[in-house]
Amino acid sequence: MALPKHASTLERVWHYTYLVICALIFLFLIAPILIVIPLSFNAEPYFTFTEKMLKLDPTGYSTRWYDLLMTFGMIDPDRTRDASWWADFWANSSWMRAAKNSVIIGFFATILATALGTLAALGLSRAEMPARRMIMAILISPMIVPIIITATGLFFFYSMSGLANTYLGIILAHATLGIPFVIITVTATLVGFDQSLTRAAASLGASPQTTFFKITMPLILPGVISGALFAFVTSFDEVVVVLFVAAHDQQTIPRQMWNGIREQISPAILAVATILVVISTLLLTTIELLRRRSERLRGLSPG
Amino acid sequence: MKKTLILTTALAGFAFAATAQEVNVMSWGGAYTKSQVEAYGKPFTAETGIKVNWIDADNPATPIKAQVEAGNVTIDVADVEYSDAIRLCDEGLLEEIDHSMLPPAPDGTPAEEDFLEGALTDCAVANIVWSTVMAYNTDNVNGQPTSIADFFDTEKFPGKRGLRKSAKATLEMALMADGVPAGEVYDMLETKEGVDRAFAKLDTIKDDIIWWEAGAQPPQLLADGEVVMSTAYNGRIFNAAVAEGQPFEIVWDGQILDYDLFVVPKGAPNKDNAMKFIAFATDTQRLADQASWISYGPARRSSGALVGKYVDGKTEMAPHMPTSEAALKNALVNNFEFWADRDTDLNERFNAWLSN
Amino acid sequence: MNDAAANAAKAASPEMSDDHLTTADGRPLKVALAEAQAKARRRAFLLVLPLLAFILVSFVFPITQLLYRSVYNPAFSDNMPALVQWFSENSDSTEPGEDAFAALASDLKSLRENKTAGIVGTRVNYDLPGSRSLFTKSARKASKLEPPYREAILDIDEDWADPLLWRVMRTASSPITGSFYLAALDRTRDAEGNIQPVAEERQVYIKLFKRTLFLSALITLTTLILGFPVAHLLATLPLRQSNLLMIFVLLPFWTSLLVRTTSWIVLLQSQGVINNVMVATGVLDDESRIQMIYNQTGTIIAMTHILLPFMILPLYSVMRPIDPSYVRAARSLGASSWTAFRRIYLPQTVPGVAAGALLVFILAVGYYITPALVGGSNGQLISNLIAFHMQKSLNWSLAAALAALLLGGVLILYWLYDRLIGIDNLKLG
Repeated sequence: MALPKHASTLERVWHYTYLVICALIFLFLIAPILIVIPLSFNAEPYFTFTEKMLKLDPTGYSTRWYDLLMTFGMIDPDRTRDASWWADFWANSSWMRAAKNSVIIGFFATILATALGTLAALGLSRAEMPARRMIMAILISPMIVPIIITATGLFFFYSMSGLANTYLGIILAHATLGIPFVIITVTATLVGFDQSLTRAAASLGASPQTTFFKITMPLILPGVISGALFAFVTSFDEVVVVLFVAAHDQQTIPRQMWNGIREQISPAILAVATILVVISTLLLTTIELLRRRSERLRGLSPG
Repeated sequence: MKKTLILTTALAGFAFAATAQEVNVMSWGGAYTKSQVEAYGKPFTAETGIKVNWIDADNPATPIKAQVEAGNVTIDVADVEYSDAIRLCDEGLLEEIDHSMLPPAPDGTPAEEDFLEGALTDCAVANIVWSTVMAYNTDNVNGQPTSIADFFDTEKFPGKRGLRKSAKATLEMALMADGVPAGEVYDMLETKEGVDRAFAKLDTIKDDIIWWEAGAQPPQLLADGEVVMSTAYNGRIFNAAVAEGQPFEIVWDGQILDYDLFVVPKGAPNKDNAMKFIAFATDTQRLADQASWISYGPARRSSGALVGKYVDGKTEMAPHMPTSEAALKNALVNNFEFWADRDTDLNERFNAWLSN
Repeated sequence: MNDAAANAAKAASPEMSDDHLTTADGRPLKVALAEAQAKARRRAFLLVLPLLAFILVSFVFPITQLLYRSVYNPAFSDNMPALVQWFSENSDSTEPGEDAFAALASDLKSLRENKTAGIVGTRVNYDLPGSRSLFTKSARKASKLEPPYREAILDIDEDWADPLLWRVMRTASSPITGSFYLAALDRTRDAEGNIQPVAEERQVYIKLFKRTLFLSALITLTTLILGFPVAHLLATLPLRQSNLLMIFVLLPFWTSLLVRTTSWIVLLQSQGVINNVMVATGVLDDESRIQMIYNQTGTIIAMTHILLPFMILPLYSVMRPIDPSYVRAARSLGASSWTAFRRIYLPQTVPGVAAGALLVFILAVGYYITPALVGGSNGQLISNLIAFHMQKSLNWSLAAALAALLLGGVLILYWLYDRLIGIDNLKLG
């Protein structure tokens, strides 16, 4: 991208303008995500930077909204924070409950999506797979079909079959939504997969099971893990299906946020947002490390 | 740990029907639900041991229909507006309520006579009288709005307006602001010209409207300065002003009064507990207690005398009630029959208007 | 199993006649080969089968069931048996006489007993607004009905003589109906059965479909305009630097949709960060704060931000392998940098542009959450109306019809995507 020495003035000007434009677009991408972090520490119930905050006066900042998050829904939030306070927090805090639901649902949905998705991806990446294109299109469709249609369909289906208001129902729905991501990431890994490795294993006398667990699995594992993380994030971020099919005690974090945004958009919502940004940063880092490891293993990356 | 987790998850699906001693009550959230939790829920649990699960909804009437028709009822008691109570009952979506189970007034007056007129229907028992009012934030309005017409006057009072995203109450207010006396509003809305006139009035401020759906939104919009005036449920404004010290004022002119009633959806999983809850919550003392948490009038005559001060111990509740003399000067009582019949129709037109 | 097939394939040279070749156990090679391939196909398919079955049950079936609702509504036919009978016995042109009103009276009585007047009224009301009350009111008085029924019923309300009402009831008497699709296209039938547009002040769906398409196209365009330079920069920088900058694209991608929507509310609302900054710096005065949210602008900005990574990633994956020597060659042959870009570089990016644009457009058309939270009244999309009919007006058949139309559109785009780009080329991060 470096500018050649012989570039004309016009080209020079354009080149720098271009870089400035790109910088602005990067700002557009990232600023909305970062802006919630300082604002969540606002001491005032406003959504803007107060004067004190701008002067970096410590009294302009506080963790009151994080505190509010913890205590919201607790039976007796005001007593001293001993073991029974924490027990109350664990059992009754609304956000804690939402977090527990999110994790339970996300965990099982991920397991289901990853297991079924990986298996299918192994089949799909075989040359002999019949009707490959058609089947692939069906399997990816939960990502493409508007979520409101999926949620509506599930609402009727679950009401009819008794799955409404059950954890199982939400888990199945979230697994369905996560599956396309698993398929995409795992098949992408398998595209670069050298089939001669499995042949070598087989020719050396390994059983198909041994070959799979000793050769295939370690190589596609990064792809499987990325797929699993995608599936988890999909479930962790999903609100529409939960709105349609979940019972009142199955509120997840996004469902709770949805209420918060519509009704009382206090900086407490920004505190949740900040926590979620931290989580997504961690997930992204994991994914990136995995991707690089996988590229290194396959000799695709400079480092 | 993991095993228990799996087991809990597997069981949670079935646990719903199995736990007997609870009742799921769906109400409007925010300050209103809080008043019901304090006045009805906590004492009810203390006395009967039945756990009350409070569920919030923008308007509890809509999930009822969805749940009953889909054959998947999870709510035991819902708090709905009058026209919805009538409509849902007409459609066979509610359990009938036996009025004889309701306790008499302390002086022995039977419940049937003690409740305000119309507060008891085949399927519903009223608990409060509330109203839709206009309110403003004194910090953000220059001058003092005094009438519903001022709400529609963006020249005199520039700034955004908050309105509930539904035809009900909005159309009536538009007509009253256009100079139609309260007594003639519903006659006028029966005609196409009347409806056209209401929409024409709304057209004049359409670009300045921010629509709200949940009762907790208007106080928030007013506090954030996103709107300078908003329609709101009067109790929400009272709570924001008195409990949180927000500089809000209510303009009673053009207020629209309505009941909120308890109903039991057909096929409620804990029907017996639901009936127990309703009988308990609508006795004289509970209704009076609720009025000390939020400025909604009790639906029993005998509760009136027991209404005292707000829970802070300082604020007299009487002048904040929508039924106070000052508030009733130019007030409209919601015509439940009109809305029971015309709700679908007018909301359809309202939606078309909104998206144009 | 692969090897067997592969070895067999190698052994079978096309020029040779298959009859002469046999495997070690003496079977004709052709048969053995076909068997081996069938076996391999079966194995591959068996791996996919569990997931395919799962998706068919948990996804395809519920949606099919939903679509069925758009043409099936038994609210009238289940509750008005006598009238349904009358309609089936009498042709379209028959004037409703005493026998028809007798059937109506008997149905009204059963509506009262079963408390189903509201259900039937609501069904008829969909096709003839304002008629719901006719049913509830008449059912309430049904027990007093005596012959002659025609007179008695018209006494309750003379609207019962309306030929349009009878036309609508006739249509509704069959549980299979296309009237919800008509309604979803702002159409209705008049008393003669001709298809007519509904009154202008009630038209909304076509407008919303158009708006959805327009806003989606606009958002696709803005993401392309913003995404192209960034993808180009990322593709031409050395890998180390571009991997670092990629975080700016991937972090939003991984961040919760609700978080990003919240952020935009915080930034854009009239007391929000952007307005406050402009007021503080004197660009705006306090009175003239700009309304950037709870309207179309809010929807466009927030959705552009949310969908931008879906444009950048496919663009990047196409741009990265483009060999820079082509552009250099063009330059060395005397092309200006603009010409070289336009004639040499740009054509090579077309697959990426197509992939990104189609993906963003498909996703945008079905958006629900963001418009619901920041769209106000004129920033709503068709999904929001589907949700409205699902949750508020509870006209489920209409919701299903709207959903079917939306789904049809999306599937066409999806098919186009598969044809042009191929589903397997979908990449994430």
